[in-house]
Amino acid sequence: MTKNLRVKSSKFIDETYKISFKFNNKTYYGYKGDTLASALLANGIHLVGRSFKYHRPRGIMTAGSEEPNAIVQLHKNTSRTEPNVRATEIEIYEGLEASSQNCWPSVNFDIGGINNFLSPVLPAGFYYKTFMWPASFWEKYEYFIRKSAGLGKSPTEPDPDMYEHKYIHCDVLVIGAGISGIIAAKTSAKSGFKTLLLDEKPYLGGSTIHQNSEHFKINNQISSSWLEKEINEIKKIDNLKIKTRTSVAAFHGYNFLLARENLTDHLPLHQRDEKIRHRLLKIRAKKVICATGSLERPLIFDNNDRPGILLSSAIEKYSNLFGVACGQKNVLFTNNDSAYETAISLFQKGINVEAIIDNREEVDSKLIKEIEKNNIKIYKGYTVNDTFGYKKIKKISIMQLSKDGQKVVGSKISIDCDCLGMSGGWTPAVHLFTQSGGKLKFRDDDQVFIPDTYPSDQISIGSCNGEFTLDEILTGISKKLKNFLNIKKTEYENLEIQSHFNKTKRNIWLLPSDKIMGKTKPFIDYQNDATAKDIKLALREGFRSIEHVKRYTTTGMGTDQGKLGNMHALGIISETAGSRMGELGTTTFRPPYTPLTFGTIVGRNVGEYFDIFRKTPIHDWHVENKAKFENVGQWKRAWFYPKENEGMHEAVQRESKAARDSAGILDASTLGKIDIQGTDASEFLNRVYTNAWSKLAIGKCRYGLMLNEDGMVYDDGVTTRLDENHYIMTTTTGGAATVLGKLEDYLQTEWPELDVYLTSVTDHYATISVCGPNSKKIISKVIPEIDLSDEKFPHMSFKNAKIDKVKCRVMRISFTGEQSYEINVQANYGKSVWDKCMQAGKEFNITPYGTETMHLLRAEKGYIIVGQDTDATMTPIDLQMDWIVSKKKYDFIGKRSLYRSDTIREDRKQLIGLVTENPKEVLEEGAQIVADANKSPVEMLGHITSSYYSPNLEKSIALGVVKGGKNMMGQNLIIPMENKQIKVTVTDPVFLDKENKRLNA
Amino acid sequence: MFLIHCPYCGEREQSEFKAGGEAHIVRPKQPTELSDDQWAEYLFMRKNIKGVQFERWVHTHGCRKWFNMVRDTSNDEIKAIYKMGEKPPTK
Repeated sequence: MTKNLRVKSSKFIDETYKISFKFNNKTYYGYKGDTLASALLANGIHLVGRSFKYHRPRGIMTAGSEEPNAIVQLHKNTSRTEPNVRATEIEIYEGLEASSQNCWPSVNFDIGGINNFLSPVLPAGFYYKTFMWPASFWEKYEYFIRKSAGLGKSPTEPDPDMYEHKYIHCDVLVIGAGISGIIAAKTSAKSGFKTLLLDEKPYLGGSTIHQNSEHFKINNQISSSWLEKEINEIKKIDNLKIKTRTSVAAFHGYNFLLARENLTDHLPLHQRDEKIRHRLLKIRAKKVICATGSLERPLIFDNNDRPGILLSSAIEKYSNLFGVACGQKNVLFTNNDSAYETAISLFQKGINVEAIIDNREEVDSKLIKEIEKNNIKIYKGYTVNDTFGYKKIKKISIMQLSKDGQKVVGSKISIDCDCLGMSGGWTPAVHLFTQSGGKLKFRDDDQVFIPDTYPSDQISIGSCNGEFTLDEILTGISKKLKNFLNIKKTEYENLEIQSHFNKTKRNIWLLPSDKIMGKTKPFIDYQNDATAKDIKLALREGFRSIEHVKRYTTTGMGTDQGKLGNMHALGIISETAGSRMGELGTTTFRPPYTPLTFGTIVGRNVGEYFDIFRKTPIHDWHVENKAKFENVGQWKRAWFYPKENEGMHEAVQRESKAARDSAGILDASTLGKIDIQGTDASEFLNRVYTNAWSKLAIGKCRYGLMLNEDGMVYDDGVTTRLDENHYIMTTTTGGAATVLGKLEDYLQTEWPELDVYLTSVTDHYATISVCGPNSKKIISKVIPEIDLSDEKFPHMSFKNAKIDKVKCRVMRISFTGEQSYEINVQANYGKSVWDKCMQAGKEFNITPYGTETMHLLRAEKGYIIVGQDTDATMTPIDLQMDWIVSKKKYDFIGKRSLYRSDTIREDRKQLIGLVTENPKEVLEEGAQIVADANKSPVEMLGHITSSYYSPNLEKSIALGVVKGGKNMMGQNLIIPMENKQIKVTVTDPVFLDKENKRLNA
Repeated sequence: MFLIHCPYCGEREQSEFKAGGEAHIVRPKQPTELSDDQWAEYLFMRKNIKGVQFERWVHTHGCRKWFNMVRDTSNDEIKAIYKMGEKPPTK
């Protein structure tokens, strides 16, 4: 260690275990137990990074997760690299490599530092104001803005680590293992509750555990010794589970919480393989006790951001917990008694304290007396008005505060120092409480927000509830826990507490300066470089809402989410705007409390597990035969089967021609299938479909259109009557689940009197469709026992049959317009039946076709696809399918809506066919349709919904929806494209075989 | 995510359920006899209250049964759950 800043051994640091690590490519040493921040400080390094906007040198400010400045990039240019890691949280391990962010070429010499001198022209909202015009320049601006945006670099390689999710249920969850949390957890567990205690740090005990002052005693023992015994005891309790390095990220309603358990980030890289890195805990707790503690506030004065300026409590922690002196000439600046605790503990360790500057004028306490006794100079009623030193603080200047605290008076006093600790009092960490829906109240005495009303079964205890001193925390805790846990007694009824803390505080949100505001830089948000000046500017420009000021000045929008400065921003706004702080409210605290890695959120749902997909029983055959696949809902469907050098177009043209010329085969297993049984099945179908079903004979099939209650087409498909009270309904592939849901809804809630049972059998059957002029010959080879003659087995009928010994259902139904048979067979026989069909069809050149060819063939025939040619604004009348709407039925879902004033308009968009003037020109799906492209503005009449080149008709065909299209047959319209206008003619949507000769052949 | 006590299965997480909008809107028995306005009232008009609301829910990833729930939409507090066809609680 270059400088001997490791002052005294600490029991939290193992000095026999030396660890080497690299910071900005240079090797340093630390000890087991160090964080990166404590190890750097022990090596005399304060300068860790550069600020976001002005690139000002910044150092370590805190000793916890609230750190705004000391954020580093780990393991640069490797797959394990991670940006924005807080040096104050990461524990060092052998081989750790960290580097500074947001600086180039180095943290010591950063070109971007010029922004600091440009700052007068970089006010709040600079980007909003500057890059507005000319609009055409945006692309150029964007390049530079993006280059200078962001702090660290995200990894570019796949993450080698594993992550997982775990559910945990408990009776009582205690968040935070400080003194309050330990007491609560022990009480809860000993009362028989299954208890879980979480803390983000690697050790238990919070800040009390390193509190070694004679001035704070419990039952006549120094508070840390007392707490240590408690900790040793709770470790032995069976029904208490303790997780350290576990940070609660989110507290949702109904006591549902998310926490990140960090399992390997403190281990050397080679020890991490095959281990889970982070575990996302999904916790359901019956009761929650928040003991999340509090965060020390900085003070807002000119140049309060230099390296070497830390929170006073952080200085205390570095010395007590890590045995590290942050400086050799320390000065403390405070508005309350906390800094005196720091001074005493530094003093005890032989670390020099030069002076204490206290905002308060007349104040006295036992702590202050002890400081005075040791001849440390205290400047009462003073403030720091400026600091000096570019990369490290060298000197401060102090002045006396006026009586009202609004001005500085008298002459400046200069004090040399290499470390300045500041304490602006404490802010309860109410983040999780408010996330859960809790409401805060403002306590005027010491200007803090504390929990007011609880939205669920939870309480906040300790300093997160505004109880900052040992006596405040401990005197009420027993009663609180008894009430909350509904228990008779605790071990903590009669604690004897000594606490010498004067609670007075002189709160001045923005400390005065001898300079004019415009010449100062009192930072509020360190990471985003928002100053008090920026906030005042926002107010002058008319911003009033705290949420707006936040976004305009970016206060609180860094990776630290403004844990330190948000309260000051609020304070300054309320002072400037003349409103009361409590009335102003706070900005919204959103999860996560500290950043989560994407890996934690995603868990095991990566790679092939990212999203589930469904395969048909014939899937492997499609893969073997080189099918390209298309996602339809969650299904993988064969899209087309390219041969040799074929592209999609060639393959689809070949498949389509083969299906009409001889035979095609399609795996239709993905179609939704719903088994409908019950004595009222026919009546039920009557009510859900637009056409009549009562007279459908057993063994016959019928196409049906299902509407929403608003009259718009919802789904379609063929339903077959298998028996008197037994139907099988098919739905679209994507609609299967929602159709079943909708039918169940009506059955359970509107028509519970109907005797009908619905069962989804989509996965139970494989469906193989063989179509084309030779399909009959092929099916007769596969199932010789059926009489396939048109008289015995006409179009739209069904037969039970057997293939070998396997039962199957054969429907003669068609979605292509060709004669076509669908074989439904128990799913596990699907593949063998498919093989049989392929074998039997060999002599007819049976051609497997995919969804693209299916779509082309049905478009030739003018059959719609719900969801492609319809979009929830199309009625059956709009689709020119009036024939399917029963005039006789009294009611069906959506009937009444078909003659609402809106649905009977003549100029609604209606489905029509389109052919191009040039038969080779294929239209783009989604293209607009207009009548007059020269009119301004151009009136959009509709759009193309389906478009193909038909190899069977040898021309381009399209379906589209056009306003009033029904009455435009033969009319010429225009499809305006980027560089041309395509002439089209409106036709009937049925392009092929209007007479259904092919179907019935 | 809140917990819902399905009247058929017991307490389950919200992710297993789907909300189905306002409860106790009865489909008119004779839609053909309604004016456009009356039909539109049934079809489109919903209260969407901030506060205590009567809602329909379905246990989609469970028993697939529909039931009714009285929920305070401002804080997700569930006041009552009852089966389809049962009378809504009065207080």
